[in-house]
Amino acid sequence: MTALLEIRKLEAAYGRVVALKGIDLDVKAGEIVTLIGANGAGKSTLMMTIFGYPRARAGTIRFDGRDITAMPAHEIAKLHIAQSPEGRRIFSRMTVFENLQMGASISDPQHFDDNIARIFALFPRLKERINQRGGTLSGGEQQMLAIGRALMSRPRLLLLDEPSLGLAPLLAKQIFKAIRTLNEQDGLAVFLVEQNAFHALKLAHRGYVMVNGAITLSGSGEDLLKRPEVRAAYLEGGH
Amino acid sequence: MTDAATPSPPRFAFGAALKSAALSAVVALGLFGLMVGIRTETGPTGSLIYWTRFGDVALLVAAVFLGRFLRVLAFGDGPIRLQRLVPARWQEASAGGERFARLMPGRNLGGIFSIALLGFALVAPILFFNNRYALDLGILVLTYVMLGWGLNIVVGLAGLLDLGYVAFYAVGAYSYALLAQNFDLSFWVCLPLAGILAAFWGLILGFPVLRLRGDYLAIVTLAFGEIIRIVLLNWQNVTGGPNGISSIPRPSFFGIPFNNDDDGFAAVFGLDYSATHRIVFLFYLILMLALLTNWVTLRLRRLPIGRAWEALREDEIACRSLGINTTNTKLTAFAIGAMFGGFAGAFFATRQGFISPESFSFVESALILAIVVLGGMGSQLGVAIAAIVTIGGFELFREFAAYRMLVFGGAMVLIMVWRPRGLIGTRTPSVFLKQRKAIAGALVGEGRG
Ligand SMILES: Nc1ncnc2c1ncn2[C@@H]1O[C@H](COP(=O)(O)OP(=O)(O)OP(=O)(O)O)[C@@H](O)[C@H]1O
Ligand SMILES: [Mg+2]
Repeated sequence: MTALLEIRKLEAAYGRVVALKGIDLDVKAGEIVTLIGANGAGKSTLMMTIFGYPRARAGTIRFDGRDITAMPAHEIAKLHIAQSPEGRRIFSRMTVFENLQMGASISDPQHFDDNIARIFALFPRLKERINQRGGTLSGGEQQMLAIGRALMSRPRLLLLDEPSLGLAPLLAKQIFKAIRTLNEQDGLAVFLVEQNAFHALKLAHRGYVMVNGAITLSGSGEDLLKRPEVRAAYLEGGH
Repeated sequence: MTDAATPSPPRFAFGAALKSAALSAVVALGLFGLMVGIRTETGPTGSLIYWTRFGDVALLVAAVFLGRFLRVLAFGDGPIRLQRLVPARWQEASAGGERFARLMPGRNLGGIFSIALLGFALVAPILFFNNRYALDLGILVLTYVMLGWGLNIVVGLAGLLDLGYVAFYAVGAYSYALLAQNFDLSFWVCLPLAGILAAFWGLILGFPVLRLRGDYLAIVTLAFGEIIRIVLLNWQNVTGGPNGISSIPRPSFFGIPFNNDDDGFAAVFGLDYSATHRIVFLFYLILMLALLTNWVTLRLRRLPIGRAWEALREDEIACRSLGINTTNTKLTAFAIGAMFGGFAGAFFATRQGFISPESFSFVESALILAIVVLGGMGSQLGVAIAAIVTIGGFELFREFAAYRMLVFGGAMVLIMVWRPRGLIGTRTPSVFLKQRKAIAGALVGEGRG
């Protein structure tokens, strides 16, 4: 079976700075795949490139067998790929409810009630704060909202960039648990970029390690956790 | 709002203020001693003559001393925060919609005020029927309310800083003037055409600036406004150049002219002829156009496109990742904003009967933008109040001619200090779920919009 998301020899650059140097990566249906790497390795760039901005300079990105390399972002979203970009990017002047509505921009209004109910089941905290402005939510609540907003489009593949950033361990755990629930209950494929390598690798079925715009290691989550080079670079000092 | 909560730092002691003031006075003496104290000029024979003005220096130094003394006494050494002069309780009361909503059960104060304002606008022509000046001022204010609401779509909702809005006003005015004169079309045919043409120019401006934000966008839009004005100025054989276009057809009451003839408005409706009829008609015309702008904006805010504008203002990257077509979103904001500018322009042309590029200078754009910013970037009521205050204030200070701009600028600074986010800075959610607890399917469905 071919992968849901299939990236081959992908290159991207900001002007003359080459940020991605020939990436090969797969996400199969129903799989959680994590990407770890140091600051500035190019993880966020990869996520954004999948979504069409910046554009790939070379290589291909295929989703469900379809070439999406040259598609504009709003077309990509219509294929039911959702993205929660780095830094949450909540609409801070809008209420929680309006934020969720924005997430549903491209989905069939018929499923709206359904979707929102699912998100409230996953993050009951959001339901309590339905009329609160996004900007006044706590960091953890904002992260829940960012994920919830992305889920409103009923994605088949969810791209998450550092969902645990800046969260207390307990909240981070809650977010990871939610990701697992989504994956197990709905078979949602998740591509997860994380700094928190230990938790990410424990959660993921498979993982990739990125160094300087190239993939240097890949394997099952457990495998990577045992690798000395991973331990040395990303797990030092415990978790 | 947060300012009210932070305790004001301890005021500086009298002695410290004196010391600081003395220091400033010494610096002032050093500076002004030579610059002002000794005046040189070339004498009649070509030689340098000089004389002293130590009295002036003394005055300046005293002014610096006093100013510094009072400043340190009132605000300390830190930044000047005029809020501190306003008692905390006032600040509470004026902190915007959210608080109003809590003060007034049911309908909020903003809503009541809007209705009162609208009611006043509706009866104003009757109240002031014999006061031509008041009616003209009302028309002027309403024109700016409409322009403010039009620009509010672009700047307030979509967050695209547009310094060339007057260009669309000009396109609308010239479209009406040229169409009405050359093709003998009536106002009601020309009005939509003027709107469409302005919207078209909105798109023309929109395309090249799609990738620009903030300062860069502002500069390009500013240039755009100037280009349109300069084209109007130089395209002599079409626009009449600096002489403009005169004897533009006056509006008729759906075909019935406002004159003293047998088929004129007064005769047809069995009234005594009065020149004011036309003014009253113009008043209601612009009121209607402004209300149309408001109504369309409020409708759009509840539709996906309006929400996309607001989202775009907050975070373009987030919009893109949610599958919102940012290109279309920006272009529609430019086009729709421009369209209302065009309507207002057509109205302006028919009201004045004469237009020239002079009426569409950058100052006009700046004034409209000032109204939007003062009003609170996105608040319809805020923009209306700001237009009334600004244009009304301008008229009020007409006698002071030279100081008018000064007073205007000062007032603007004060308002921005007092309300950094504009008169009504709180955004009203486009949907509000009443029962927090019961968020069952039925309730959610209601807000789907
Ligand atoms: N808009 C941009 N313009 C120019 N260079 C950029 C831009 N965005 C990222 N870069 C550069 O591309 C490289 C990869 O950045 P990227 O954001 O993808 O890293 P990352 O792996 O996500 O890092 P982090 O873990 O800190 O988020 C970095 O060297 C960065 O400086
Ligand atoms: Mg990153």
